[in-house]
Amino acid sequence: MNYVSDKMALKTGACVLRLNALRNAIRLLSTHTRPEVAQNNTKYAEFPGAKAPYVTEMKFLNESSYDPIPIYRVMDNNGNVLDIREEPRIDTEELKKMYKTMVQINQLDKILYESQRQGRISFYMTNYGEEGIHVGTTAALSPRDLIFCQYREVGVFLHRGVTITELINQCYGNHEDPGKGRQMPVHYGDKHRNLATISSPLATQMPQAVGAAYAFKRQPNNDRCVVCFFGDGAASEGDAFSAFNFAATLDCPVVLLCRNNGYAISTPTSEQYRGDGIAARGPALGIRTVRVDGTDTLAVYNAVQQARDYAIANNKPVLIEAMSYRVGHHSTSDDSTAYRSVEEIQKWTKDESPLQKFKLYLEAKGLWNPEEEKAMVKESRDTVVRTMQEAEKKKLPHWKEMFEDVYYDMPPRIQKQMKQMEEHLKKYPDKYPIDRYQSE
Amino acid sequence: MGLKSSPVLFHWLSRLPSRNFSTSRALLATKPVTMRDALNQAQDEEMQKDDRVFIMGEEVAQYDGAYKVTRGLWKKYGDKRVIDTPITEMGFSGLAVGAAMAGLRPICEFMTYNFALQAIDHVVNSAAKAFYMSAGLINVPIVFRGPNGASAGVAAQHSQCFAAWYSQCPGLKVVMPYTSEDAKGLLKSAIRDPDPVVVLEDELLYGLPFPMSDEALSPDFLVPIGKAKIEREGRHVTLVCAGRGNEHALGAAKILAGKGVECEIINLRSIRPLDFDTIARSIAKTHHLVTVEQGWPHCGIGAEICARVMESPSFFELDAPAWRVTGVDVPMPYSRTLEAMALPAPADVVAAVSAVLGNKISAVSSQ
Ligand SMILES: Cc1ncc(C[n+]2csc(CCOP(=O)(O)OP(=O)(O)O)c2C)c(N)n1
Repeated sequence: MNYVSDKMALKTGACVLRLNALRNAIRLLSTHTRPEVAQNNTKYAEFPGAKAPYVTEMKFLNESSYDPIPIYRVMDNNGNVLDIREEPRIDTEELKKMYKTMVQINQLDKILYESQRQGRISFYMTNYGEEGIHVGTTAALSPRDLIFCQYREVGVFLHRGVTITELINQCYGNHEDPGKGRQMPVHYGDKHRNLATISSPLATQMPQAVGAAYAFKRQPNNDRCVVCFFGDGAASEGDAFSAFNFAATLDCPVVLLCRNNGYAISTPTSEQYRGDGIAARGPALGIRTVRVDGTDTLAVYNAVQQARDYAIANNKPVLIEAMSYRVGHHSTSDDSTAYRSVEEIQKWTKDESPLQKFKLYLEAKGLWNPEEEKAMVKESRDTVVRTMQEAEKKKLPHWKEMFEDVYYDMPPRIQKQMKQMEEHLKKYPDKYPIDRYQSE
Repeated sequence: MGLKSSPVLFHWLSRLPSRNFSTSRALLATKPVTMRDALNQAQDEEMQKDDRVFIMGEEVAQYDGAYKVTRGLWKKYGDKRVIDTPITEMGFSGLAVGAAMAGLRPICEFMTYNFALQAIDHVVNSAAKAFYMSAGLINVPIVFRGPNGASAGVAAQHSQCFAAWYSQCPGLKVVMPYTSEDAKGLLKSAIRDPDPVVVLEDELLYGLPFPMSDEALSPDFLVPIGKAKIEREGRHVTLVCAGRGNEHALGAAKILAGKGVECEIINLRSIRPLDFDTIARSIAKTHHLVTVEQGWPHCGIGAEICARVMESPSFFELDAPAWRVTGVDVPMPYSRTLEAMALPAPADVVAAVSAVLGNKISAVSSQ
């Protein structure tokens, strides 16, 4: 068998795939050569590190040995379901809630981005283009599943029930910020809602998520999984590889979800990696993998739902690569027109908007109309503006907070300092703007 | 009255030549250059001079660097010598160490030193030890550089000083420029150095213009690694400063000069090797010591200097215990007001000097 015919065989093998049989694609890709060679009565090698057939023909594999991993989708750009069997059964209220969350993300992004520009907050990162990934994922999970985010996933927080007020309080670092004003804006966290606090160093959440899944797995009758978001850029960190490898070898119920939005700050994916994206790494490391259209909220929902069920039932990891486009600048410190064209941005903003697709889907089902849209957008906007004005007026965290939480038990030295401060403030209350801070 | 003003006069007289200590004596020929541009110039000149020199890091090429320190270099030297990397600090620093072992001269830019934590194995266990472990057969002429220390409003994971961490490690050289002249001269020396050099820059100094002499602007200008600079002469107290600590000390010196106290400011420039001779000479003159750095106190640069003093004859020169001015021993708060309080400021240096001089301040001013 020469290289060309082998390659052909691989390609035809992949062509047989139907979208709804996508899960099989990965299995096929990773095992396809075996039966053919076995037919030749070739002996199987039994090395500890590889069980594979012996061959006499030397053959190098490369990225073009395989068809690209296909991209699963449910809807086309007009919100039409392509294969009715793939339409998820989501009740009407939830569908509307999903869309409302997406609109809310947009309004939050617009106004908070502006507020950074006006110097009201120090930093912000928008989520444009990835709203469907946030909402599709969260809707498919149980509220008890633990989610680790990277930073560009505000919709996950919103859909889990974190309020606009809580999010804006975090960005303003006032006394109602659940994070006590310790972090930069957008580093949200909510332990009670099973949302790990966002941490700045890239990809560190990945092995941590696997570790949390390992802890879940040790619980009797575990019915929870861990979901971990990461970017196409973060996927280059050593931690990403470690996370994949541990997830597989420790058999952890974790869903590793890559938001492949095409850029890491200015670095396009063409410079970030070679080969068939992040998804191709899954099968190579023994992880069940699927690639989905991240602008198709229903496709994300289906993929995450199945991934979750599988992960929990089998104690195994799943990798999902959700393809999208980072429509906004990387952050408020970036101007992306320096490294990409306005036409490119516009194409993705207009034709591939996850909001637009989902809205058309809802409209076709008779669940949504332009009046509702108008009212919803206005309400979302008003909520954000009002909440922001309130957040600005709220007091700052209690001064004692500055001594808390470095160690679980406050060291005696710090206790002493806190007491001194207390006495000092009692003595000189008029020397400090103490009324700007929350009192006990 | 007359006596009180004499130290001030002394200050002005001593200040003029000392400003140009390591450069030209010609006062007029200086030009303001930002530290960012000075670092850029250093890299440009060394790349021009030696084609083994190349730069790699996240966003260093088309984007000109996250803080624009490599501005224009990709346009000038192309993909082969200014390389944008995938996001893996561990990966590209390991790669750069390997390239150095194989004869190239990499400059490895960390977007910030906070992210270099992911790469510290290659810095401490590979770059710093390869020469020793290979019995002197393989040296690693590499430069690690990037912003270090406090930034503004970026919270605990983005705002910390690693000078003490790296300088603890034998095999590494560690430099910390304060002025544009320092930055250019030290970076050029680092690039030419046969050993691994960690260059710790201050993000908050990148945009500040410092006067540079014609000599410092020339492509032959170098600042030797391991030599401190007397940033300001004085006779009452020695302030040993690292990086931006110099700024706070100079601010304090101005205030103290008004009270008749003349500070001698030593800009360390190199943290390792440490120029203890310069410190000892100054202590022999002033008999008082205060150290100024931005990092945490515990096992910090100041702690090292104080220990060296204790272990040397300089101890007997001191008229009072030495004092450290450092960052506060906490993760950096995000809150703007607390952040300011967590970092040293001129007032802290003034307070430290006052404490060390004890009642001497009143003695000096009442003379
Ligand atoms: C260890 C580490 N290195 C570098 C950075 C700086 N940094 C922050 S975000 C970012 C880009 C990440 O891109 P990607 O993972 O694709 O996510 P996206 O921003 O596209 O959502 C970089 C380089 C960091 N935070 N941590």
